[in-house]
Amino acid sequence: MNVLIYLIPIALFMGGVGLAAFIWSLKSGQYDDLEGAAWRILQDDDQPKP
Amino acid sequence: MTLPCCTLDGEYFQPFKLEGEDAARWISSAGPGLKRIEFLVPQANRPDSMPHIETGLGALAGVRSARVNLTGRRVAVVYEEGAIGPQALIDRLGMLGYMARPFDPRETGLTKDDKENARLLRALAVAGFAAGNVMLLSVSVWSGAEGATRDLFHWLSAMIALPAVAYAGRPFFYSAVNALSLGRVNMDVPISLGVLLASFMSLFETVNGAEHAYFDAAVTLLFFLLAGRYLDHLMRARARSAIAQLISLSAEGASVIEPDGARRYVPARELKAGMLVAVAAGDRLPADGLIREGDSDLDRSLLTGESAPETVKPGAKVHAGEMNVTAPITVEITAAGNDTFLSELVRLMSSAEQGQSRYIRIADRLARFYSPAVHTLAAATLIGWLLLGHGWHDSIMAAIAVLIITCPCALGLAVPAVQVVASGRLFRSGVMIKDGAALEKLAGVDTVIFDKTGTLTRGEPALVSPLMVSTDTLALAAGLAQNSKHPLSRALVREAANRGLHPVTVSGIAEHPGLGLSGHDMGQSLKLGSRAWCGMEETGEDVGLLEFAFRRGGNAPVLFQFEDRLRPDAAKTVAALQDMGLAVHLLSGDREAAVRRVAEAVGIATAVSRASPQAKLAYVDALGKAGKKVLMVGDGINDAPALAAGYTSMAPSTASDIGRTAAETVWMGESAAAVANAVKVGRRTQRIAKENFILAVGYNVLAVPLAMAGLVSPLVAAVAMSTSSIIVIANALRVGLGRTAEPGSTRPGADTAPGRKPLRDAA
Repeated sequence: MNVLIYLIPIALFMGGVGLAAFIWSLKSGQYDDLEGAAWRILQDDDQPKP
Repeated sequence: MTLPCCTLDGEYFQPFKLEGEDAARWISSAGPGLKRIEFLVPQANRPDSMPHIETGLGALAGVRSARVNLTGRRVAVVYEEGAIGPQALIDRLGMLGYMARPFDPRETGLTKDDKENARLLRALAVAGFAAGNVMLLSVSVWSGAEGATRDLFHWLSAMIALPAVAYAGRPFFYSAVNALSLGRVNMDVPISLGVLLASFMSLFETVNGAEHAYFDAAVTLLFFLLAGRYLDHLMRARARSAIAQLISLSAEGASVIEPDGARRYVPARELKAGMLVAVAAGDRLPADGLIREGDSDLDRSLLTGESAPETVKPGAKVHAGEMNVTAPITVEITAAGNDTFLSELVRLMSSAEQGQSRYIRIADRLARFYSPAVHTLAAATLIGWLLLGHGWHDSIMAAIAVLIITCPCALGLAVPAVQVVASGRLFRSGVMIKDGAALEKLAGVDTVIFDKTGTLTRGEPALVSPLMVSTDTLALAAGLAQNSKHPLSRALVREAANRGLHPVTVSGIAEHPGLGLSGHDMGQSLKLGSRAWCGMEETGEDVGLLEFAFRRGGNAPVLFQFEDRLRPDAAKTVAALQDMGLAVHLLSGDREAAVRRVAEAVGIATAVSRASPQAKLAYVDALGKAGKKVLMVGDGINDAPALAAGYTSMAPSTASDIGRTAAETVWMGESAAAVANAVKVGRRTQRIAKENFILAVGYNVLAVPLAMAGLVSPLVAAVAMSTSSIIVIANALRVGLGRTAEPGSTRPGADTAPGRKPLRDAA
């Protein structure tokens, strides 16, 4: 059972990273335009800007 | 730089003009030498407007970035200070075919919604994180962890769960404390009690090294409930922001004439009595006043419901909201702000609202019975166990288990989940519901009252007679009408364009307020206007049509007759509503003949004409007092008190500001089918919400005896609560199934961009 000493902190750390990533994405405005984001992925934006 | 009117598939509009002093409040700093400004762009309602606007603005020298928010129909632009100004950005957007207005999120109160949104999402994320981790630890305990390992896991769970409950549970705790301090009980009271008791009992058990801890139940519960709360908030915020935008777009001002003759643009709210205001043909009056100079005709349909314009002369009293149609006039403001006709109506409205008993949402009605019931059950369990000779510890555990299992997790989701699916669906078909209560009220409606002008009809006349008119005559008349803003002239021009005719260029056009237009073509004099103006005899009878006579030289005059056309599907909507068992009435301020015509055309038997705003209010009030649940559908300023007095209300997006604000539901697009559609979806939503309640309560009925018998282990509690929540959500999704959108109902935003073609080629 000694392995738990590593595993539990690792599990909590990974969960914490996920939570931090979510809060960051929320702060940086990625949930502001859900409709637009769905369409942006379909756009051809690889042409150079005029 | 002055630009001509910008065109958007034939729609003309004037680009917004920034006034020097005002601009600063919209601009914020975005780094050294960079400025940021946001615009509202209502026509950016299609996915291809994103690249169109972004590349169009990005091509300007000095623009660092432009980003469209499609949900909010906004553009945020970062530009180099000095290289380009906000006005150039607005003009560019105008050239691309978008009407743009600088926008400050603070002024519409949208920031508050956004903050609340982020707060709930953060709480949801914290609860989700805690639920996931605690559940992992709990699964190990259930699968047989013992002794020191189990204690370790319980301690770890406590360390994760307790801060998470303290953080993520706040929305419920605050609301429960609020309700209790007002002497009421809402759903948040049993929720808070359940979550807190589960946490404290588990902590107590952990300290004593006991077998059962309910940390997982406490955090999973919070997670599901926050999901429900977030959905509820999302729905209200979405509709509110759409309506706030409609309103902030029409914020108006007026051109004030200074004593030295100079003209200055002043926002409507800063107008004062005694100022002289120039009102161009086609503009709405910004305030009440007296005409000082100029003869004209006024379109009073928003105030009185009357579709025919009225002739006015200097000295006439005019009201805010009326449209000046024929000639420029100068108005001396006699009242602004609180003394206008409009504010009189606002007072009527607020008294109408006070008279209405507060609607109690279905979830809160249930909470009134639910909370006392479960608390009694818990107390009964405690006493029962004590009487049976169990110790205090076991008895209290059993009572707390009852409170945990009855914690209304599925109940908290039952209504928001259904309503958010339903309102999302209505939103996509162009119907914006202000909150869940409005949706519940739509389901209970038994009487529908329509206003006529602008609600059942489009509010703009169209030619109905003669249908067989020579193309020469129509082209000449349209040529004469082209320069006038009179509603009938515009209808003539539209009719000519519909038939593919080019209006003849007429020389020497003059507009004679109250009479009509005159001009010359190839030596012949032309006249268009009232019967008397063209030398036609008046006939005594009023058939409810609007008329324009046209005379060419010495020929016999031709009489054009116009009618305010019905909205598409108006008759079908009325029939559909009657089929649903609703009584339909027509309540208008217009002349009797015009009202009768429309009532007959759509099949409404009960029609009232010449109703003043007060009379409308009294009519709706009387029906309400007689126990009817009235859905008032109206658009005008004169309908606003009646809209506020109705059990619930709807307004088209073309309505006056005050009408849109007063109505609980606003629909976009031409078709009237939205009214029947909203009632139908409302009823369906209510049915499914009730099913959800039965499912959720049914779960409790099964689980409570187990809990009272002390058979609910943490595993049973976790499984029971998760499955009931999932079943309730799955049932809610059924609202989205099947077709509810009527054929002919229009896409959202169709009215802001009529018949708009894809703009990709133009980009």
